[in-house]
Amino acid sequence: MKYQTQKIAYAYFVTAMALFAVQVTLGLIMGWIYVDGNFLTEILPFNIARMLHTNSLIVWLLLGFFGAAYYLLPEEAEREIHSPTLAYIQLAIFILGTAGVVVTYLFNLFEGNFLLGKEGREFLEQPKWVKAGIVVAALIFLFNVSMTVLKGKKTAITNILLMGLWGLALLFLFAFYNPSNLALDKMYWWYVVHLWVEATWELVMASILAFLMLKLTGVDREVIEKWLYVIVATALFSGVLGTGHHYYWIGTPGYWQWIGTIFSSLEVIPFFGMMAFAFVMVWKGRRDHPNKAALLWALGCATLAFFGAGVWGFLHTLHPVNYYTHGTQITAAHGHLAFYGAYVALNLAIITYAFPVLRGRDPYNQVLNMASFWLMSGGMVFMTFTLTFAGTVQTHLQRVNGDYFMDVQDQLWLFYAMRFGSGVAVVLGALLFIYAVMVPRREVIEPGPAERAKAEQVAAE
Amino acid sequence: MDDTRNAFDDLPGDLMMWILIVSELLVFGAGLIAYLSVRVTDPAGFAEAQASLHRAEAGMNTLVLVTSGWLAALATRAGTLALTRLYLGAAAALGVVFLFVKGMEYADKAAHGVTFETDPFFTFYYLLTGFHAAHVLAGIVILGLVAIQCQRRTVEAGTAFWHMVDLVWVILFPILYLLG
Repeated sequence: MKYQTQKIAYAYFVTAMALFAVQVTLGLIMGWIYVDGNFLTEILPFNIARMLHTNSLIVWLLLGFFGAAYYLLPEEAEREIHSPTLAYIQLAIFILGTAGVVVTYLFNLFEGNFLLGKEGREFLEQPKWVKAGIVVAALIFLFNVSMTVLKGKKTAITNILLMGLWGLALLFLFAFYNPSNLALDKMYWWYVVHLWVEATWELVMASILAFLMLKLTGVDREVIEKWLYVIVATALFSGVLGTGHHYYWIGTPGYWQWIGTIFSSLEVIPFFGMMAFAFVMVWKGRRDHPNKAALLWALGCATLAFFGAGVWGFLHTLHPVNYYTHGTQITAAHGHLAFYGAYVALNLAIITYAFPVLRGRDPYNQVLNMASFWLMSGGMVFMTFTLTFAGTVQTHLQRVNGDYFMDVQDQLWLFYAMRFGSGVAVVLGALLFIYAVMVPRREVIEPGPAERAKAEQVAAE
Repeated sequence: MDDTRNAFDDLPGDLMMWILIVSELLVFGAGLIAYLSVRVTDPAGFAEAQASLHRAEAGMNTLVLVTSGWLAALATRAGTLALTRLYLGAAAALGVVFLFVKGMEYADKAAHGVTFETDPFFTFYYLLTGFHAAHVLAGIVILGLVAIQCQRRTVEAGTAFWHMVDLVWVILFPILYLLG
């Protein structure tokens, strides 16, 4: 570790992984509710479990991004983080807010209270005080990282990372606007999470991926920056108007069907670009970095993001297709693989890269970590397939034949049972990952002489 | 580093401009494919709506824009700074003429109560020509900017964008206004 303040990232990553464990566990519980509809109906109703599953996902991914920023900014800007104290205060606010959300949701405290109660709207249901806390924490974060970069060296990676982080913080402000008109409410909520995942988060993803490629492959910065700019340009070009694909059936004018269809079709391009980028950099690589697990996660991230966000997104983005598939299990299939590939795997990649450095050890437990990659990714891909098949059957029975929703759900039981099985694999993979980066102190499998030589070479650099 | 040099380095203007141009062509291309696909479902209705367009004005606008493109091309070869700026200014001025004629066309349509929602033809008409007009406006701004920051690379990049705007119109015009 070159800079002491990179240590801040450790606290963020540990918190992120703890929430990750919570998130996948809740996912597993919901997977069982799909199999047995009466499971936990009194204690943990499905809608509450879903809120916790999606909210904890977003929060742990954000914490991972913050951690990644605190880790890579000192190395890129070549100076310490402006204020470590502020960084820890920011983390504390996030933890408090998250705990507050969980307790409020579970026990439905302060129902109807303007400030303390949950807001009732889907996805942006956080109580107002939590939203305000998020804004304060985001402002602290932006101040801290911007001061760091302003005083230090500016690189394309830091510029684009900051652009993405500023964008995501500003877009969150739309969460405060809660129109009573349901169609308007639906329209504005897409401004938050989907201008995140289809625009600003892609900038974060591209810049973190570029940082990893720079470190892991040793390709010239100039080459990496050129790729980065192209990816970011295509992401913003397609992604901003591409979010129009959420406006098809919510009461917005009909021309959105074409704007959304055309621009969102192009959203596959930046994801293809990121995949090509990762593999070309490895091919052009001038360094054989011993942290093979980090490289595996980085390549896996780019590949699964291309399939999950790009291909599975395209699958139902054209409005004549979406007319039938909107809100079926096809959407769930896309949502799971897209989030996993683009943002979960990205966070796990930077954690895998940073942890050995943060804990002052050589890259270790490659084998356990890589096993967790295959277990988790295999589970998630299997889940994507079962949900895609479930969604196809559902679309036909419910949307084409006109059968009742719950009758159709009964017929999808087999797919839900298989999805639960794949969920078990994902949870085991996640726990194995956390164990692999946190606990063992040496390699589980002894590396051969070639690997040892490489590790020594890198340690000497 | 030798391996960093590749075909992209020989592009006139700027790589990012070419990325933008390719993206724009993909969008307009997809828009036209969508238009033609929907047209198949109702050829008579589309033909009727199309007949209400002002072909002569649009034809004139084609001449205006192509001439403007030619002037922008001359700007990249002009010997002196003053001449470059003169060509760029003239190209931008013709862009304004194009927008003026387009504006009259829209005003006429609006006066007849024709909107985005009138029928599928006019949805595409407004989407495609409106999106194009927005690019003409952006192009005028870009030509102005490169006239201020007048270097070979910037003028080439600005002109490349302007030619894209030109090219898109030359494809839009026959498909939307003429194709029977």
